[in-house]
Amino acid sequence: MSERRCEMSMGMIFVRKVPILNNIFIAHQVGIAGTPIASKNRRLFPAQLVGWKSPLCVDCDNFVTIMSLAVRNVWYGIPFPTIKTMKPLSFFAIGAALLAGTSANAQQLSGAGATFPAPLYQRWGVEYNKVNPAVQVNYQSVGSGAGVKNFTAGVVDFGASDAAMSDTEIAKVSKGVVLIPATAGEIVFAYNLPGVDKLNLSREAMAGIYLGTIAKWNDPAIAKANPGAKLPDLPIQVAYRSDGSGTTYVFTQHLSAISKDFDEKIGTDKSVTFPVGVGGKGNEGVTALVKQSPGAVGYVEYGYAKGNGLAMASLENKSGKFIAPGEESGASTLANVKLPENLRIWPVDPEGDTDYPIASFTWLLLYKKYDDAAKLKALKEFVTYGLTTGQGFASELGYIPLPAPVVEKAKAALATVQ
Amino acid sequence: MGPDFFRVLCWVASAAAVATLGLIVYEIVSGAWPAIQKFGLGFLGSSSWVPNRENFGVFPFIVGTAVSSLIAILFAFPLGLAIAIFLSENFLALPVRQAIRFVVEMLAAIPSVVYGLWGIFVVIPLVKVFGTWAVANLGSIPIFSGPAYGNSMLTASIVLALMILPTMTAISRSALTAVPKTLREGAYALGATRWEAILGVILPTAAPGIVAATILALGRAMGETMAVAMLIGNSSRLSWSLLSPGGTLAGLLANQFGEAEGMQVSSLMYAALILVVITLFVNLVGEAVLRYTQKQTAGIR
Repeated sequence: MSERRCEMSMGMIFVRKVPILNNIFIAHQVGIAGTPIASKNRRLFPAQLVGWKSPLCVDCDNFVTIMSLAVRNVWYGIPFPTIKTMKPLSFFAIGAALLAGTSANAQQLSGAGATFPAPLYQRWGVEYNKVNPAVQVNYQSVGSGAGVKNFTAGVVDFGASDAAMSDTEIAKVSKGVVLIPATAGEIVFAYNLPGVDKLNLSREAMAGIYLGTIAKWNDPAIAKANPGAKLPDLPIQVAYRSDGSGTTYVFTQHLSAISKDFDEKIGTDKSVTFPVGVGGKGNEGVTALVKQSPGAVGYVEYGYAKGNGLAMASLENKSGKFIAPGEESGASTLANVKLPENLRIWPVDPEGDTDYPIASFTWLLLYKKYDDAAKLKALKEFVTYGLTTGQGFASELGYIPLPAPVVEKAKAALATVQ
Repeated sequence: MGPDFFRVLCWVASAAAVATLGLIVYEIVSGAWPAIQKFGLGFLGSSSWVPNRENFGVFPFIVGTAVSSLIAILFAFPLGLAIAIFLSENFLALPVRQAIRFVVEMLAAIPSVVYGLWGIFVVIPLVKVFGTWAVANLGSIPIFSGPAYGNSMLTASIVLALMILPTMTAISRSALTAVPKTLREGAYALGATRWEAILGVILPTAAPGIVAATILALGRAMGETMAVAMLIGNSSRLSWSLLSPGGTLAGLLANQFGEAEGMQVSSLMYAALILVVITLFVNLVGEAVLRYTQKQTAGIR
């Protein structure tokens, strides 16, 4: 019996050839990042490794997983192990061994969806892995729309979306859907006006700027709300998101609610066509536009504006108060939201005196039923971690931690997942 | 003797390449079908792209694609050709020329997104300074009418020009160095100066290669996505001014595909189909021009 050791960047693999049966390999001892994990021998049949189903194979789900692993290895330039010493078949054995090893020793949770909460979810994944090394969370920020698509197709364990899911979308998921609000964010008017440290924008001004009817910074509609401020005679350079985004959705939803004109001419969507301005790709694109041009204004997530040191305008809310964006005003908005049964709600035009006007939850999408009990347990524990300890990371990353009543309701919803 | 495996392998490989192209086109057309049925050819001429009203037309993006790549060629052609001539003549010692050539060709290895970032931080401020000046002094000419934006057609075109420069230079240079030595020497023997030899003999002989270089560069400019999406301003408003934001087909796809739904997906597929057709058309024209000039210059080689 010959034993060979192969070093790969993902860990050590021992492949052993069974002398009598030429094409059967036993692969064991697979570890991540060099840490050996207690071995659990399993037989790997080459026929299964390339995707033909066989009742003997428990761990290899499908061809795609193995292929994607191989592709990823090539992509990152991970060399195949000592080609000279190994027979071609053993490459398959290694691919499968990796798969078998990782799925045997750690519970993998895969998620995909919105880009906005991605830094937070990924942080949860890393931190939770420290607490519970048996669970690995892999969250891909592919966008809310793609997240819903992947979730509906059943290729991920959980999805995530800034726009939750509509009833028609939910109806397409046979396993049922539970929406869990996971964190929240504010959208701010970031501006670049040298010499103006504090800016108030009335509801009329907000809509007017994006409709193109207010074109100069010293327009009476802006000046009225800023007594004493030296507003320059500069044209307003409007910046917007050119890519489809939940940020645009929430932003246009609010402006449509406060301005009839805006609702008629532009409307609400993940990508809309503004009559003025320049499109930047992503939050970072809009941030760059605002940073570089004196006279620019753009809507970005609070976290981005804060991280990049952009000036943020105070916005007029429904009760006529000018509210600066921040954790407190955002929390106030969220606390005043009355969550419905399905937990899907947008504070479109919050009413409270201290509420910041443009804020939104972002949701995790879970199935109502999971077939794999171990997966269900890991997922529930992970989400619970996110709703409790995980909220502690929210503010440093620029999100608004969920108020306690919301967490309670989210936990109750989580309990219904089976 | 068994079957000729090498032959079979080659056969399979080339069939696979053709089949892939066929599949891609099929996939795009079938995805675009609802939009083709709904909008027909009006899609090409309509200039409103309003996803939330299900109103789609790509005229501004077709114009943007054409204008940005043509301006890029306008910048890159003289520059690239000049570099190619300089590198193929013996103005400098060979090692120095090799070093310059290496540096120019290295430009092709820089990722698109890096060009985009560089454009944001370097080109945009420069274009803004130029734009403010141009609007004040040349504002009466439509292509310089205000207001001047940093993210504009001009910015995208300048960065595109730089991105296609290595293609332009490398292929033109190899065409120029491929000109037979006897022709060069013949020209000098007849008393031609260096410039007369270059303009009268070497350039005409290398013309097919230079044309090929230009077409390839144009093709690259049309399909370029990331850097353009970062710099052009992604607006669907039509404007004569080069200092205004615009949009390209590739940029539109990159921007909106991720979050698109329903008819928007079909319309984006339709836009992709148009992009494929345009690039195919450019390549066909390129091929035709190449053949024609080859025929014309066949006598002098």
